[in-house]
Amino acid sequence: MKFKVRGINTFASTGGRPFDKNKPLIIFVHGSGLSHMVWVLQTRYFAFRGYSVLAVDLPGHGLSSGESLKTIEEMGNWVGDVIGAVGCKEASLVGHSQGCLVTMECVAQHPEKIKTLTLMGGASAIPMNPELLKLAEESNPKAVDLMMDFAHGPAGHFGGHPVPGLYHLNVGSMIVQNKEIKDTLGVDFRACNNYKNGPEIAKTLDLPTLSILGAQDRMCRLKDGKILADYIKGSEVKIIEDCGHMMLLEEADQTLEILKKFIAEHYPLPN
Amino acid sequence: MDPKTYKFDTLSLHAGYQPSKNAGSRQVPIYQTTSYMFDDVDHAAALFNLERGGHIYSRMSNPTVQVLEERVCALEGGTAALATASGMSAIFLTIMTLCNAGDHMVVSSQLYGGTVNLFRLTLPKFGIKTTFVKPRDTEGFKKAIQPNTKGIFGELVGNPGNELMNMPEVSKIAKEAGIPLIIDSTYQTPYLCRPFEHGADLVVHSLTKWMSGNGSSMAGILVEGGTFDWMQNDKFPSMTEPYEGYHGLSFAEEFGPTAFTMMARAEGMRDMGPCLAPQNAWNILHGLETLSLRMEKHCSNALKMVEYLSNHESVAWVSHASAPGHPDKELAEKILPKGTGSMIAFGIKGGKEAGAAFINNVKLASHLANVGDARTLVIHPASATHSQMDEATLKFAGLSHDMIRLSVGLEDFEDIVNDFEDGFRAAKKPRLVANK
Repeated sequence: MKFKVRGINTFASTGGRPFDKNKPLIIFVHGSGLSHMVWVLQTRYFAFRGYSVLAVDLPGHGLSSGESLKTIEEMGNWVGDVIGAVGCKEASLVGHSQGCLVTMECVAQHPEKIKTLTLMGGASAIPMNPELLKLAEESNPKAVDLMMDFAHGPAGHFGGHPVPGLYHLNVGSMIVQNKEIKDTLGVDFRACNNYKNGPEIAKTLDLPTLSILGAQDRMCRLKDGKILADYIKGSEVKIIEDCGHMMLLEEADQTLEILKKFIAEHYPLPN
Repeated sequence: MDPKTYKFDTLSLHAGYQPSKNAGSRQVPIYQTTSYMFDDVDHAAALFNLERGGHIYSRMSNPTVQVLEERVCALEGGTAALATASGMSAIFLTIMTLCNAGDHMVVSSQLYGGTVNLFRLTLPKFGIKTTFVKPRDTEGFKKAIQPNTKGIFGELVGNPGNELMNMPEVSKIAKEAGIPLIIDSTYQTPYLCRPFEHGADLVVHSLTKWMSGNGSSMAGILVEGGTFDWMQNDKFPSMTEPYEGYHGLSFAEEFGPTAFTMMARAEGMRDMGPCLAPQNAWNILHGLETLSLRMEKHCSNALKMVEYLSNHESVAWVSHASAPGHPDKELAEKILPKGTGSMIAFGIKGGKEAGAAFINNVKLASHLANVGDARTLVIHPASATHSQMDEATLKFAGLSHDMIRLSVGLEDFEDIVNDFEDGFRAAKKPRLVANK
């Protein structure tokens, strides 16, 4: 679906169903350099089960126009604006990686709008390896190769995509490489690296929150994900064994099952 | 700092398979089944709506076939792959996913005979027309593009004449026109060339050939590079507009770099059904495990064979991109640095009659309609693989009546030469008689 946020053309996948502002809204926020395409194995399920779904492309990413936003704070505020831009008053948020920082910021800036928060592969801070950051800001494709290496667990490196015929590492790689790397991944990595408010923001959150963590995550390590969850009052934690940072693809079914239960309990469809 | 993702030889053994999810079985299991149990009604609905990954019916996908698809995809550097019952069905599925009635393709003229017939005779029945262009005529590809052209198709090294298409330059032409470049890379395998690195958008293979090497099973595959932007123009409405068959799904929007393969599976396999048998997928996987080793030997034997044939008194000409003076030698060295493959075309002195005598008298080399077997194969294309072509089409495709097509195998080189000497001796006899 194409719509405008702050006057800029924005794209969000609606999970294959027409968007309906009268249905409960779930917004999915992708990680660094990526797009709505990483969420296909979660969004379509909810869209076909009575929810309205928006897997947004952040400005400058995927099919959205504009320039990439420079800070996590700006991105968080932008996600809050998406809710009003589509005629809704509230939403549940699901973030992955950088999207966790963004959605936490959104909750902090727009607490009245957000009903639940799901953090996948999150941490309260995502400092970047200086060499990786430099490569991304120089649009060097090696940055993408390194990211795909770090993002997938040992099992994920062999493949085994849940959708027959798809090969994990190259799918993620092409999503990033179909844009100028420095304009998306470079900007996003810098924003993550600069963001320091995570711990303080996390401590202020007061809404149903779920952390889904990969036991073999090398981008946001399990221990860092647990520390983030400890900051958040009452946060549920689910750990997926033998899985890296890309749980939404590497272990899409387990991720969906965990998310389904959480949404059903804390953000149920109206009777 | 370098990525520690697995390299080519490792991927050829391991990609696409996790033993821990298959009862610890080290070898890929053969899932000899037509269909798969649903957990409940909700699970079934989710699979049918493409909400989650998984298997429904083996016409659409099968776990053993899936391993093969991922493995070839990984080796090619692609995003997605779809295995089919044969190489020809992979090509047909690709074109039927790409084109509608009224569309047009620009196609290299030097192709496997079956492919020529598909474009020349069969696709017009579906309203899809083709303009053929000689593979070396790079500018000709540009000139042949029409407003309704939906793609450029070619074999990098043409069958059987071994003329090269300038893939990097033709890919620029395709990109300017906003259409994909599709390469049949059967002759090369990803060991010798990964077409996505040279501008191709889609790759097809007959896996029956070098990829398996054992000559036991038919199979084909379509691989997507994830590079083509289907939404850049309005040429591909079936990819970009809501598709009625899946509740208004736009494949390009939803699946991005895997959109073409997703559509080829969802529509093509559903409606046409050229699915690969799991046993055949398993046979091909066995061959893939040794792809690098075999291709090295194929290429080294081919180089020796080119030298042998080039200096043989009974041989009128030799075509292989490694041969001295071959018009495409420079291009081949650029895009095929590991070797130019094991297909050799040569002309035998004495023409058709001598060719027949040669083929009838070799014993080690097998006379059959296949290429890329571990064993050395020979055929006379004008009377076999390309026999359904008329004289003009044969000429346009670069075929002559004295041409022998040779697929060099892995046998001891000396044994191949000894066998060929028997063939050449026999080929001389009719001429000696005629000279009297």
